[in-house]
Amino acid sequence: MTTTTPVRPSAPPAARRRRPGASRRQAAPWGFLAPAIVLFVLFLALPIAYAVYLSFRTEKVSGLGLGSGARTEVWNGFANYAASLADPEFLASVGRVALYGVIVVPTMLGLALLFALLLDSRRSRATKFSRISIFLPYAVPAVISSLLWGFLYLPGVSPFYYVFDRLGWDVPSLFSSDLVIFAVANIAVWGGVGFNMVVIYTSLRAIPSELYEAAELDGCNQIGMAWRIKIPIVVPSIIMTFVFSMIATLQVFAEPTTLKPLSNTISSTWTPLMKVYRDAFIRGDLYSAAATSVIIAVATFVLSFGFLRLVQSRAFGQEK
Amino acid sequence: MRLSTGTKAAAIIASAALLMTACSSGGGSDAPAADGPVELTFWTWAPNVDKVVETWNAANPDIHVTVNKQDGGDPAITKLLTAVKAGSGAPDIMQTEYQKIPTLVSADALADISGEVADLADQFPEGVWNDVTLGSDAVYAVPQDSGPMQFYYRADIFEQLGLTVPTTWDEYAATAAALQAADPTKYLGTFSATDAGWFTGLSQQAGASWWGIDGDSWTVAVDDEATLKVADYWGGLVESGVIDNKPMYTPEWNAALNNGTQIGWLSAIWAPGVLEGNAPDTAGLWKMAPMPQWDAAKPATGNWGGSATAVTSQSKHPAEAAQFIEWLNASQEGVDLLVEQTGIYPANIPASAEALSEPPTFFANQPDFYEIAAQTAKTAGSFTYGPNVNVTYSAYNDEFGKATEAKSQAAFTAAVEAMQKVTLEDLKSSGFNVKE
Repeated sequence: MTTTTPVRPSAPPAARRRRPGASRRQAAPWGFLAPAIVLFVLFLALPIAYAVYLSFRTEKVSGLGLGSGARTEVWNGFANYAASLADPEFLASVGRVALYGVIVVPTMLGLALLFALLLDSRRSRATKFSRISIFLPYAVPAVISSLLWGFLYLPGVSPFYYVFDRLGWDVPSLFSSDLVIFAVANIAVWGGVGFNMVVIYTSLRAIPSELYEAAELDGCNQIGMAWRIKIPIVVPSIIMTFVFSMIATLQVFAEPTTLKPLSNTISSTWTPLMKVYRDAFIRGDLYSAAATSVIIAVATFVLSFGFLRLVQSRAFGQEK
Repeated sequence: MRLSTGTKAAAIIASAALLMTACSSGGGSDAPAADGPVELTFWTWAPNVDKVVETWNAANPDIHVTVNKQDGGDPAITKLLTAVKAGSGAPDIMQTEYQKIPTLVSADALADISGEVADLADQFPEGVWNDVTLGSDAVYAVPQDSGPMQFYYRADIFEQLGLTVPTTWDEYAATAAALQAADPTKYLGTFSATDAGWFTGLSQQAGASWWGIDGDSWTVAVDDEATLKVADYWGGLVESGVIDNKPMYTPEWNAALNNGTQIGWLSAIWAPGVLEGNAPDTAGLWKMAPMPQWDAAKPATGNWGGSATAVTSQSKHPAEAAQFIEWLNASQEGVDLLVEQTGIYPANIPASAEALSEPPTFFANQPDFYEIAAQTAKTAGSFTYGPNVNVTYSAYNDEFGKATEAKSQAAFTAAVEAMQKVTLEDLKSSGFNVKE
């Protein structure tokens, strides 16, 4: 999202001359910025710098490694990065998340756009109620929704499987190795559609009604209006939601972690962030975990900005 | 409400300051006041321990213990290790599961209290004492409870279907098959890929001890003959489908225990509490028997769970903390209170006879419950844990997850071999001396 600042005409020379009180005036903005800068440095920049520092370190044990002084922290160069990138479990988790993204993002955004268009269409009834009920799942924390869905996925306790069983259908368990990715994706879609719908719906509401009047005069129907007017105008919102969804996909953690104890098919390195968690808190290796985190952060950064650059001209062309 | 930027900034700074003070004031023991009582903090997750501690505090005005309730074994250990790394914030006294002790000692999180407590070695089963000393002269914790394994079964369904209680693993397999033949919806048990401690107990029963200390080096024997035998046996049962392959501790498993689909559970002495919570409709229908045996002439069992109480390396009052621990886990009063309030199975031998006179309420139908328990507890073999148990256990989850899903006997033994490889490689890459 670039906003190009117009070139300011050069200030008249008089303004450049220092006047008494100028230094105070220059200090004022810094004073206002200070809280934000302090918080940013303390709680974001420093931890990131520390994580990067840790990612180049490791802990070496000597002998049996029992008692005090058995562990020393040493410099490890890029070895943690090399180990992460060469780890077949990490590569498998990246592949899994890519597939997960291919399933989740189009489904979620497609549904969000569809619901937004339906709510915006003039013939819709009970829009307020529908809007809230579609949005509501977003308000449910991921851990809670995963527990709820986990219950529904387990054949022994699920009402769905009870009905399938009564109908004589043999429906495979959603926790089987082929289907588990859809089980996880479903939770993300269920939770994410509402938020994305609201973003798209808001920009639909901002479309001036003259456009619709003009289109009606030209004999355009509702579907035509959606296709030719609404969707092209909300493209920037769709792109924004796409970037958010992509970032959320790369960071998927809560859903599979919550479902893990219910199934045999979700391993402790099912997604990249789960590997980070396992390395840091189960294996006690903060250093590898830091290296993998940096890799994930860089990948997220490159993917989001790369994508934005790619679509910039089309999406935000009108802003220029 | 509209706030000026200045007010907002002030609010943010104030809340940040609050946050920082909140972080820095947690945990840790304060320096002793000139003549006030010694203040000790105690991290534990056992229910109602605060009530046990109340008795201590009333009787010992000089040593005041404050209980800080934890979520459970794993999160508490993670917090402790973080505090040790940070250099402050650890409690004085810490409850820890036996398998975590080498990890904690390796991280220099526990104090050696051999000089602070009396010689307690003969008051505890040998295997459990070995867990808190790591086979050395040091004492890193005092055992609190132990988890000898037994076989829990639905006596009513066994009777109804004419099944006999298996005493050997061959009989267990035959009973599982007979049950499936009589009623295909019912299972005698499940192989849980999410409970590494359970599989460790089964392997311990067969004679395994996955780690060992040889001179100045660790040895790793996850893929020893005993463990491979256990994996092969369960792989066969799962492959033939007579045993379920779903994890334990899921809503589905709870429902199955409650509605009589799972009619047996190879579990430990704390099982009555779990069954009472997860299968409340089945009160009075369960019974407990010793584990099925590999060799009926040499009865054995394993341990699943159990914990000890330790003094952390950050405590400024190790002597007072050790005094409290000794009272809690090795005195008649402490053990009585623990049994009464928290429902644990005490590891302390002299005190347990008096403390365990009544069977648990959920097993009121089995008056000799604790007699059988005491007999089986004596047969638990010794098992040495290593400094990277978590690595091995997480490898168990991943490898056996695949194997149980595939329902393949060959995959079960391959999973054990993969666990061995992961464990060994982790020790070596961390720099431990390892003898192969």
